[in-house]
Amino acid sequence: MEKFKTVTGVAAPMPLVNIDTDMIIPKRFLKSIKRTGFGVSLFDEMRYNRDGTEIEDFVLNKPAYRNAEILIAGDNFGCGSSREHAPWAIADFGIKSIVSTSFADIFYNNCFKNGILPIILPQEQVDVLMKDAEKGENARQTVDLEAQTITTSDGEVFSFEVDPFRKHCLLEGLDDIGLSLEKVDSIEAFETKANAERPWV
Amino acid sequence: MTAPKTIYDKIWDAHVAHEAEDGTCLLYIDRHLVHEVTSPQAFEGLRMAGRTVRAPEKTIAVPDHNVPTTAGRENPEAMTEDSRIQVAALDSNAKEFGIHYYPVTDIRQGIVHIVGPEQGWTLPGMTVVCGDSHTATHGAFGALAHGIGTSEVEHVLATQTLVQKKSKNMKVEITGKLKPGVTAKDITLAVIGETGTGGGTGYVIEYCGEAIRDLSMEGRMTVCNMAIEGGARAGLIAPDETTFEYVKGRPHAPKGAEWEAALAYWKTLFTDEGAHFDKVVTLKGEEIEPVVTWGTSPEDVLPISGVVPAPEDFTGGKIEAARRSIEYMGLKPGQKLSEIEIDTVFIGSCTNGRIEDLRAAAEILKGKKIKDGLRAMVVPGSGLVRAQAEEEGLADIFKEAGFEWRLAGCSMCLAMNPDQLGEEERCASTSNRNFEGRQGFKGRTHLVSPAMAAAAAITGHLTDVREMM
Ligand code: SF4
Repeated sequence: MEKFKTVTGVAAPMPLVNIDTDMIIPKRFLKSIKRTGFGVSLFDEMRYNRDGTEIEDFVLNKPAYRNAEILIAGDNFGCGSSREHAPWAIADFGIKSIVSTSFADIFYNNCFKNGILPIILPQEQVDVLMKDAEKGENARQTVDLEAQTITTSDGEVFSFEVDPFRKHCLLEGLDDIGLSLEKVDSIEAFETKANAERPWV
Repeated sequence: MTAPKTIYDKIWDAHVAHEAEDGTCLLYIDRHLVHEVTSPQAFEGLRMAGRTVRAPEKTIAVPDHNVPTTAGRENPEAMTEDSRIQVAALDSNAKEFGIHYYPVTDIRQGIVHIVGPEQGWTLPGMTVVCGDSHTATHGAFGALAHGIGTSEVEHVLATQTLVQKKSKNMKVEITGKLKPGVTAKDITLAVIGETGTGGGTGYVIEYCGEAIRDLSMEGRMTVCNMAIEGGARAGLIAPDETTFEYVKGRPHAPKGAEWEAALAYWKTLFTDEGAHFDKVVTLKGEEIEPVVTWGTSPEDVLPISGVVPAPEDFTGGKIEAARRSIEYMGLKPGQKLSEIEIDTVFIGSCTNGRIEDLRAAAEILKGKKIKDGLRAMVVPGSGLVRAQAEEEGLADIFKEAGFEWRLAGCSMCLAMNPDQLGEEERCASTSNRNFEGRQGFKGRTHLVSPAMAAAAAITGHLTDVREMM
């Protein structure tokens, strides 16, 4: 996984609440057995007409937001299925961080595994960032994971919380599996004990 | 004396293999269920890193999401190219890594969340995961069961553990008795209507109360299945005699002395008196009515006696979401829900594809015909459910009424196989998600119970099943 560096970029506003994983990546794109190439299909049904032409009104089709790296979204972003194709598509499009008042649990976990930083902030602060994002191309926001801050184009700074272990993994680009396998002794000890206590499992 | 614990606390504590100072744990996984859509990239990752499956004997695979549900499907030509590639990948990964496997030619094949319990893979007190959000279903057994993403699938394959932090405890109590015509599906939808789709975020829910105790295992699975629609990581129900009765004698359930030992342990899996819950929601069972969804979020729930709401009935971001839903669904505020006409009825899915669901629908359909011109299909949750329904004569009732009688799979629950809604087609569906495009591009979904789906099939519009009982 790539290391997460400070991001300064265009933020796209998506105030809709309950944006679900079917909106992020409709299931007809789940048939690939690869992890890459989903970016063009991100938000497919909101982004394209049936004939493949772009829907002009959709935020990521507007010239100002075509290269957005940050997404400011409504409540409960990423609800629905466990499909990791959702964060794969978001990452492949080039979005590095998503801000909302709340995220669905599995989606939130999946983001960290794919180098995306989901940021939870209170409604008033999301509102400020949303307004700022609506200004368009010149309104570049900055996400600094090390300092745990996000800064609006006007220089207003908000701090956010992030789990220290996840922060460490994102900053260092660490692979979870490798880290867990370092604890294989604990896993083996657990298995021995569990086999004795619950042999039917 | 140790502090009183919830059942979630107990299962969690029994599975922590390692705990870091900050509370991040490696949670040991007892059962890992795998299907064809979310696993290819995980197996590929293992191969690329030169890793192997740590506990193949605890790993169970079955193709379900993509498979056609029509006769002759064992012929690969029946599938589209990309579906065929995914199913073929699962076939070869199952062989290569030596995991349990139920191919489409096996009568035990079906939806992964129906096969697990049916075969006795799911037992009380276990940790169960699957790369699928409806893994919550298995919580009905008093197991801690939840969905994971593909990176986590790879992590579990390689380590048999998950990196986890503990969730908070939430109690959902349904008191009293349900009225006739009201089912487990109505309970679970009513709860989401109450809490919203984000209401369970950060929690593991324990469902309890008389109305839950009174449910069969099938009904309990329906309730837990949709815990995820309420945002919870998992939903569970303490095991009791109903649970033990269901589990006993299943192919992979313990036998003999092991059964006795297991039973003694399972009986300790309940929430202690005075245990702490961070959130409590209580509904009165007798006040729950048969419900339907009107919008494109599972929280858009109303009793069938209600009317389509107006966007202005809501606050905040939900106003815009409701406006979008109503437009997408082609409805008008104030319109009676019971007057909404449908084109399609789908009975199946991991929410309502079990034998009891088929019985409930057949009960209503007996001796009746579906509305002219309507498309109606039953997709049993597994080959064994299908066989049992044929034996009980349910299949004949469905066929005589005009339903298509399909082979097992996910089918029109998510329309990854050829079973899809056309644009603006409207479906009364026993599945769990009414998202835009879920059952086909621009398709419109109303979530209902199996009995309500059967009633709608007869009249051609959403219908209060109680009028037919
Ligand atoms: S039946 Fe539907 S919800 Fe259940 S596993 Fe299949 S696709 Fe998912």
